[in-house]
Amino acid sequence: MDIGAIFENTMRGFIGEQFIFFALAAIGLNIHFGFTGLLNFGQAVFMAAGAYGLSMMVVTWGLNFWVGVFVGLVIFPFILAVILGAPTLRLRADYLAIVTIAAAEIFRIMVRSPTFDRWTGSSDGLGGFATDFYDLSPFDPSERYFFDLFIGNQMWVVLIGWIVLAMAAFACWLLIRSPWGRVVKAIREDEDAARSLGKNAYWYKMQALYIGGVFGAMGGMLRAIGTQSAQPDNFITDVTFFVWVALILGGAGKVLGPVIGAAVLYAILNFSDIVLRQGVESNNIPDSIMSGTQVGQVRFMLVGLGLVLLATFRPQGILGNKEEMALDDR
Amino acid sequence: MSVVQIGRSVVDPCHDQPSARRTYLIKLAMVALGVVTAVFAMVAPAAAHLPAQTDSESIPELRGTMRTVDEGGESIFVEGINLTITDASGAELGQAVTDADGEWVFELPEGGTYEVFLDEATLPDGVPLRNPDRNPLTVDVGNGASRTVLFPLGDAAVSTDTTIEIVQLTVDGIKLGLVIGMSAIGLSLIYGTTGLTNFAHGEMVTFGAMVAFLFNVTGVFGWTTSLIVAAILSFIVCGVAGGLFNAGVWRPLRRRGASLIAALVASLGFSILFRYMMLYQFGGRAKLYKDYQIQEKVDFGWFSIVPKDIFIIVFSVAVLIGIAIALQRTRAGKAMRAVSDNRDLAESSGIDVELVIKWVWVSGSALAGLGGVLFGLTESIGWEMGFRILLLMFAAVTLGGLGSAYGALLGSLIVGIFIQVSTIVIPTDMKNVGALLMLMLILLIRPDGLLGRSERIG
Repeated sequence: MDIGAIFENTMRGFIGEQFIFFALAAIGLNIHFGFTGLLNFGQAVFMAAGAYGLSMMVVTWGLNFWVGVFVGLVIFPFILAVILGAPTLRLRADYLAIVTIAAAEIFRIMVRSPTFDRWTGSSDGLGGFATDFYDLSPFDPSERYFFDLFIGNQMWVVLIGWIVLAMAAFACWLLIRSPWGRVVKAIREDEDAARSLGKNAYWYKMQALYIGGVFGAMGGMLRAIGTQSAQPDNFITDVTFFVWVALILGGAGKVLGPVIGAAVLYAILNFSDIVLRQGVESNNIPDSIMSGTQVGQVRFMLVGLGLVLLATFRPQGILGNKEEMALDDR
Repeated sequence: MSVVQIGRSVVDPCHDQPSARRTYLIKLAMVALGVVTAVFAMVAPAAAHLPAQTDSESIPELRGTMRTVDEGGESIFVEGINLTITDASGAELGQAVTDADGEWVFELPEGGTYEVFLDEATLPDGVPLRNPDRNPLTVDVGNGASRTVLFPLGDAAVSTDTTIEIVQLTVDGIKLGLVIGMSAIGLSLIYGTTGLTNFAHGEMVTFGAMVAFLFNVTGVFGWTTSLIVAAILSFIVCGVAGGLFNAGVWRPLRRRGASLIAALVASLGFSILFRYMMLYQFGGRAKLYKDYQIQEKVDFGWFSIVPKDIFIIVFSVAVLIGIAIALQRTRAGKAMRAVSDNRDLAESSGIDVELVIKWVWVSGSALAGLGGVLFGLTESIGWEMGFRILLLMFAAVTLGGLGSAYGALLGSLIVGIFIQVSTIVIPTDMKNVGALLMLMLILLIRPDGLLGRSERIG
């Protein structure tokens, strides 16, 4: 057992880039579910919209990096929110759940399909769109930074990620204490009451879906930049559940809930990952029980189990309080 | 008393003992999980694993598989095709030749833009390039990435007669629709009786296919049996598993008065948990049953079909008619429909609602398992099959009207036929997209479905 490596990996989960991507997506989901009560199970699609918005603009159409950032953060999520929201926001909550999962699957099938290869790069995805971003990096790519946790380019992504994350959390806080935030919370608590006060609930829900989607796209875009590729397999349906566990674990309906949830979740996942991997490599865990490939599947099981246990036993998460908790009182 | 909340109207015998209730719940959940794990522990450890994830340190490479399709639709892999790889400056880097499995690999010095030229003189007679103008192909390769290069061979399957093609696809669609329908009845009835949108229902389909695989191919303590016996065993195992799932998880949750949203999220958690447990045991590769793998097609003029598919159609129709009669005539069937229609009214007229819910879970899960076996028989058995079908089931059930058993059937047939016939215009690898888009469209136009009633919608 290499305690140093275990500690390092766990820390990387706690503050590293994976945590940042998912915390951003979870902030978006918090606006959807925690504050407005929308059951969005397709956050992966909004993340993909950010990633592919950027990469397609730059790689497929040869446009400027910042144009790609604008399209990925503003235009793609807008189109998605309209497509997903228009048929479902007037209906009962679980229809949105079904439609958003279906949308995630539609996206996965279409992006992987060779038919659209010349735009999306099918299953290989797109790459080489982030050079403008890394050109700005003050860090030396061959050096290690921050207690040797991150190499140069990673450090740049993590630094920018933290700044974006702090701004996103602050924006979310401002948004929720604004009059707009009070309306969407009222819709979450009692849609009929909000409507009887003359608020157009459908319109507010659509706005919430879009705004939450923008945060999701931010997470997805940073992920694409961080891995320097936009691949369909990075945005499969199951990715959404990581975001959900992060949100519920931290506490839905709290501004810092998703951030803390994502940090704790990735610390746990990275910890279990490295411990199992070391066990497999040193043959402390025999190959008949677990192989190297199977280690990667354990984290999905943990996420599933976490979702079950949280929904059943602690729906308010770490930070939330039961009175304001959205998961259990409707 | 609220009808919409599951379990709110059930008298809770241990209402004032939260800790005892919790211990009981944990115990039952453990038992349910234990049973599922135990069944899967019997399946021999996966022989084939997913291909190793691309390591960021690995060498970039180009690869591909050359295959053509014979008249019966079987793949033939072509050996000895020469490919020349040149870099962006036009300098030749080397050649690759396909092996006996039609595969070729070429390791590159670094990521970048490369050109792949296929030497058409090395193609066998009668196997042309499908797109001769797409030769040479230019490809971009990332550092450390493996890039697949596709050269489709042989003429694309062009049907001479659209009418015949539509009939053929309709027959295929009916088969698909019947299999979806058999699995979807449980989904619809569980929703109707408990209000739960059960996202873990697709995993019961996969479970059914895998239990049959266990008895048919892997063997239990070295004992294997024919697929028909294996299917019956799988039907029973899935029924028991469904009953235990209800007793161990959903019944305690209803008793605690958990909200429908919490239950929905929990069902999603179970879905992903079970899915990856099955991947863990079964491995990532799709597999086939031992029996009825290769069969001669029987030609009916308008369409041709393999005998096993005829069996599947006839058998599913028989099962579904049986279900319809049971729902219409037997006491249990009438009780199921009554609870699904109006739970409070059913309860006040003396129907034991919990008992009905138990039997809905048992029979719905058994049918889902059977649907899984049939689906595994027509296509293949894989860990994600249930999740894929789940979305088609949702499309079918929404189209037919959530909560109605007959609606689920009607919707499934329409969805199945729609998916297959749509391949005339949609590329086959995207055929499910059509059905899922249809799901969105139905919600926009008629959200209560064809046979549903509008009061079910929030």
